[in-house]
Amino acid sequence: MAHDVHTHVKSNIEFEYARRRAANEMRGQVTTFAIMIFLTLIAFTMVLAGFSAYLVIPFILLLAAIQVVLQLYYFMHMSHKGHETASLFLYSGALIAAITVLTFLTIVWW
Amino acid sequence: MSSIAQKKGFGATLWDYLTTVDHKKIAILYLITGGFFFIVGGIEAMLIRIQLLKPDNDFVAAGLYNEIITMHGTTMIFLAAMPLLFGFMNAAVPLQIGARDVAFPFLNSLGFWMFFFGGIFLNLSWFLGGAPDAGWTSYASLAISSPGHGIDFYALGLQISGGGTLIAGINFLVTIINMRAPGMTYMRMPLFTWTTFVASALILFAFPPLTVGLFLMIFDRMFGANFFDHTMGGNTIIWEHLFWIFGHPEVYILILPAFGIFSEIFSTFSRKRLFGYSAMVFATVLIGFLGFMVWAHHMFTTGMGATANAIFAVATMAIAVPTGVKIFNWLLTMWGGSIKFTTPMLYAVGFIPSFVAGGVTGVMQASAPLDYQLHDSYFIVAHFHYVIVGGVVLGLLAGLHYYWPLMFNTMLNEAMGKITFWLFFLGFHLTFFIQHFLGLLGMPRRVFTYGEDQGWDLFNAISSYGAIFMAAGVIVLVVNIVMTIAKNVPVGRDPWGDGRTLEWAIPQPVPFYNFKQIPLVRGLDTYWIEKQEGNVEGMTYAEPIGDIHMPNNSIIPFIMSLGLFVGAFGALYNGEQPWAIPVLGLGLIITFAAMATRSLKDDLGYHIHKEDLLNEKGGKH
Repeated sequence: MAHDVHTHVKSNIEFEYARRRAANEMRGQVTTFAIMIFLTLIAFTMVLAGFSAYLVIPFILLLAAIQVVLQLYYFMHMSHKGHETASLFLYSGALIAAITVLTFLTIVWW
Repeated sequence: MSSIAQKKGFGATLWDYLTTVDHKKIAILYLITGGFFFIVGGIEAMLIRIQLLKPDNDFVAAGLYNEIITMHGTTMIFLAAMPLLFGFMNAAVPLQIGARDVAFPFLNSLGFWMFFFGGIFLNLSWFLGGAPDAGWTSYASLAISSPGHGIDFYALGLQISGGGTLIAGINFLVTIINMRAPGMTYMRMPLFTWTTFVASALILFAFPPLTVGLFLMIFDRMFGANFFDHTMGGNTIIWEHLFWIFGHPEVYILILPAFGIFSEIFSTFSRKRLFGYSAMVFATVLIGFLGFMVWAHHMFTTGMGATANAIFAVATMAIAVPTGVKIFNWLLTMWGGSIKFTTPMLYAVGFIPSFVAGGVTGVMQASAPLDYQLHDSYFIVAHFHYVIVGGVVLGLLAGLHYYWPLMFNTMLNEAMGKITFWLFFLGFHLTFFIQHFLGLLGMPRRVFTYGEDQGWDLFNAISSYGAIFMAAGVIVLVVNIVMTIAKNVPVGRDPWGDGRTLEWAIPQPVPFYNFKQIPLVRGLDTYWIEKQEGNVEGMTYAEPIGDIHMPNNSIIPFIMSLGLFVGAFGALYNGEQPWAIPVLGLGLIITFAAMATRSLKDDLGYHIHKEDLLNEKGGKH
């Protein structure tokens, strides 16, 4: 196990494939980064432009939700394979939290 | 490094246990500490029953009585039941899934020591000016105005030990997801592993609300905040919601692992495959999910309105369905089996009617209009003792007898075990069955005494005498444990003779690396399959013998937890003692310095070499 160190020389095709994948990955990251900066700019602009709070607050919350999804899928690699269990827990946790909040907003504190 | 008995001095043994990261030793630590707090909580229970033995009793004063009931509930739930369950999880789960340890051995140790220091801190309140006295639920409307430091001990102690529980829960989740042996698919996991998995997920989602609630309480009481003070714009009901959003899943965190232990026992001693395995798994997951949808049924009388009450009533009743599925599956596991009435099996069989009784009264209370009548009466006390004692405690005692040979390579005396069972079981029903009627006759809970001739005198006396039987049962158990340890007769592998799951296939005493070779799992009830095929080794291996990577022992978890313990005193005396803030700072510095040491200093563990594993010493140093 620890002793037999395994070395593997990549073939040309493998190398090309890995490079293309890395390049794609990088493009995805940079694009996401740009989108996120843009979303942040929109949020700040809306506040500066002095729109009604009833428009600004829900809209910023929506932008925040989008940011979280982008963060998880592009920067934290949830789009890759092997994250099924993590997604399951994330979504079930989000579902339970959402139901709880919904309960408070609709039936508990009437 | 070896966990196998060599002659060692007391100091060396103590140091070994303070620094251990081995799940088997941490299991023993949980067992000892949980057992100690179980005895403490039991003594508190006896004091309650002595006080209520006769009307107008003055055995304890009203204030002290409030402290005793609060500490009885808090100790039994947080410091006895949960750690004992964690003890069995640590002892059995890594072995059941064919792993050499949990995923994060260091965190396992940290989780234990945080629980340990939190529990000690909470109980020090007895000696430092009075214990918490607002009930184990510590409703803010009462707790905020409680004089003295009792509630501060409650909030800080539970915060520290709750952190330990959260760490332990996450550790088991990661372990079960990632460390299963080849072939151990989700649907081949033993039921105890499944229930541990779901209970850990519940811990992950349920403990953060408690943490939030406790922090709000800490800031309100010690640092001048007003989250729960309505005169300052706060809201006292928030505590109740936060507590029960945690508190209801907590009930399932306790009962699900007990269900798992019983599932193992039923199938082992009926010598049959568990009936309806996949339905059992589905029911476990469903109970876990529904556990989050019902918290407000503890608050029907708070005034949430008819809509909320109706919805929570229906959701609560729905939980009876998956629980019923489980009950019928256990019955059908026994049906047609070749049943052997060992001590664990007695507990398991006794558990079914006891728990069903608790479940049925639960459905009664789920009906909101009836709950208005039953709320805060002894009926409630009877109900939750039927589910917690009739379910969880019977499960713990069953698990203690069942897993004892796995943990210690000796067998508890069966005759004494059965005496314990009958004393405890009869005492339990004698104590709590009659409390249903006390409740229906109008006796409120949490009263320190009651007047004569209201029809409560005889029933309370009967209830108190029942408690003596339970205490006698526990004393027999303690004698049994002491005698078994003193005799120390090794029993070897598979001492019950009918082990079905992987933990029984390992040679005893369990090597400190668990598996020389990771096993290959070929189906549910792995060991049973191998036994049926006449495999004397007990397992098929998935890999050749090779080096095993092991973690080093570490004192850092102990120091990290000690820092929080010291810091808690600073927070407690904030604004009263000049040394409060420096002590708080000192505690946090100790903790953060320990964390920094852990982060900055590489600790890569060590390897047990193949050559050592191959010689007859089996890798012992």
